[in-house]
Amino acid sequence: MSALEDAPTSPERFEYAPAPESRAMLHLRSSYGLFIGGAFTDPIDGGALKTVSPSSEEVLAEVTLAGERDVDAAVTAARAAYEGGWGRLTGRQRAKYLFRIARLIQERSRELAVVETLDNGKPIRESRDVDVPLAAAHFFYYAGWADKLDHAGFGPAPRPLGVAGQVIPWNFPLLMAAWKLAPALAAGNTCVLKPAETTPLSALVLAEIIQQAELPAGAVNIVTGDGTTGAALVAHGGVDKVAFTGSTEVGRRIQETVAGTHKHLTLELGGKAANIVFADAALDQAVEGIVNGIFFNQGHVCCAGSRLLVEESVHETVVGLLKRRLSTLRLGDPMDKNTDIGAINSAEQLARIVALADSGEDEGAERWSPPCVLPERGWWFPPTVFTQVAPSLRIAREEIFGPVLSVLTFRTPDEAVERANNTTYGLSAGVWTEKGSRILAMADRLEAGVVWANTFNRFDPTSPFGGYKESGFGREGGRHGLAAYLDV
Amino acid sequence: MSEPRVDVRKTYKLFIGGAFPRSESGRSYVVESADGRFLANVAWASRKDVRDAVAAARAALPSWEGATAYNRGQVLYRVAELLEGRRDQFVGAIRDAEGASARHAARQVDAAIDRWVWYAGWADKVAQIAGSSNPVAGPYFNFSVPEPTGVIGLVAPQGSSLLGLVSVLAPAVAVGNVAVVVADERHPLPAVSLAEVLATSDVPGGVVNVLTGPQAELVPVLAAHRDVDGLDLAGATVELAAAAEAAGATNIKRISRRVAEDHEWGHDPGTARLLRFIETKTVWHPIGV
Repeated sequence: MSALEDAPTSPERFEYAPAPESRAMLHLRSSYGLFIGGAFTDPIDGGALKTVSPSSEEVLAEVTLAGERDVDAAVTAARAAYEGGWGRLTGRQRAKYLFRIARLIQERSRELAVVETLDNGKPIRESRDVDVPLAAAHFFYYAGWADKLDHAGFGPAPRPLGVAGQVIPWNFPLLMAAWKLAPALAAGNTCVLKPAETTPLSALVLAEIIQQAELPAGAVNIVTGDGTTGAALVAHGGVDKVAFTGSTEVGRRIQETVAGTHKHLTLELGGKAANIVFADAALDQAVEGIVNGIFFNQGHVCCAGSRLLVEESVHETVVGLLKRRLSTLRLGDPMDKNTDIGAINSAEQLARIVALADSGEDEGAERWSPPCVLPERGWWFPPTVFTQVAPSLRIAREEIFGPVLSVLTFRTPDEAVERANNTTYGLSAGVWTEKGSRILAMADRLEAGVVWANTFNRFDPTSPFGGYKESGFGREGGRHGLAAYLDV
Repeated sequence: MSEPRVDVRKTYKLFIGGAFPRSESGRSYVVESADGRFLANVAWASRKDVRDAVAAARAALPSWEGATAYNRGQVLYRVAELLEGRRDQFVGAIRDAEGASARHAARQVDAAIDRWVWYAGWADKVAQIAGSSNPVAGPYFNFSVPEPTGVIGLVAPQGSSLLGLVSVLAPAVAVGNVAVVVADERHPLPAVSLAEVLATSDVPGGVVNVLTGPQAELVPVLAAHRDVDGLDLAGATVELAAAAEAAGATNIKRISRRVAEDHEWGHDPGTARLLRFIETKTVWHPIGV
């Protein structure tokens, strides 16, 4: 397949002047305490963590590494709020507080986008246009449910669970906080949220927003820290509900921890989504979808379309178009409004991506990246495509969580389904074809919680999201998302 | 004067893939009535029997989940029809097993029959209460549908040998799951008789598999089996349930927790169990001309 060896002539690349977003709206403190009982408090047995911008290695702020006693204080505050303030509110009152939060997120959207991009490394275009608006939309959507639970299909007067312990990842820090907090609060629970170790800042700005919204103290508590903090929260006897988004490996440990207790559990874990392109698909659109599927957010997406399954007859065409398109992507300063690909979130994650990509080469797959200059400071990985990938390779089986696409082929719809489902994961899948009946047949047969047909990586607060198989259980979003926080 | 009639006794075997094998281990255990009479030597299933049952269930899954909901509803209704015809047999079996009064046993059987009817009617309605059309903020057609989780390991309630079993089994299969049942350990005979009803109704072989034997031996195997997608621990002991929940984490099994021993299975079942082993699938497509 000599055509694969070289990318087609690169399309003309426009040069843009730098267009960095201003930091003027940013009001970071030099250090943050824990948000417990409605106030920022000093730790009892916690330490400190520095949070670093992955694109520059600049220290942004110092945050608290909460210890076991800090977690206990947060759970105690949440329990008191469940039995007192927040727990005594009517649905209509809860709704109004959540509407306030939605509005405050919109009002402080620029600041939140800047904080998110600095702390996470994602392009400002994505934090501005995706993360922040979706976070606001999530609160707005669930606000409206708070006084309508009787009509949600779970019988009359469904009960909340109590105190929810929520552990979220670093890939969409603010959005994941919104996915966790909004339905939990709407249903009448109180929350202890543990942001990811490397991306605590937007949750701390959210804590300020919760103060501005004047939520009853303790309804939301935010404990920053690392894996030990999360483990302490999950294991705490005062927690009634555990919700976790992150890797399947950690999810498994959490399920073991929760075993034999009274705690309710929902898990949103890893993925290795197949993105299936049939020969009759609108290939230019499909290529846009493939790029969005795996290079959105540097591939730090649990539902990323990391396995491209292309019908054999259009394999060369699709790979050619893909390489041409990738040659136009701009990698660099995440704060620049023209940037497509930002920084890898941490040195640890970069090491994992490098190791898995190297394994692809070692195991015989063909590696390609567009010409791309990586900045000297920070953690970066170029968009990478592997062809000649056998389904048994690690890069075809393991979640890479980075901008690395593995291309495989198929000949028949049956083979496409078999290859797509041949994974322990089942979070998402994509199908590209112009044939309506085939879309529905494929959607029916793919073992995935979300199927994007002729699109990819779309999210909406009304749309249930969550996995099959080892991608977890429970749904977030939509009416279904309420079930995770009600005793049903 | 005619000779006294010697009755023909039944051999109680396992139910795997639509057939009634003995345990491959050749073992059996004695089951006695509530007042201590010998009732039967029941098959004592082994870990290999568990694995065979899981394989049979997995093989039966595609056609059962792929059947139309209307068809599944009719098959479950057929179970109720056949059970009604054997009402007296089951009343006797429950009296023997549980030492229940005739009235109490009859109530159990009637409730069990009615439960099949209840869930038969749900088969083609569950997607309409658990599915949705989602008004996303963009030009996309977006809908969610419930799909079965897959192979479910069911630890039948202990002490409610027919009604308890039907209460956990019928909702699981109504939505398209397939099941491997560990029967009530001390009162397994009604479960085996129910298997005979299932075998002669239109339930395809492998959709329901029934194992008899000690929980302590069977439940851990089922809980750790990677081809089991969900576990209903309704009848498991506290210790076994906790260990099974932890073992279930191996492949992120969906788990329905144990229920109290004195749980009253006669109450209105609602929809909670119907919705327990389903996966919600959401499909997006752009709208455009």
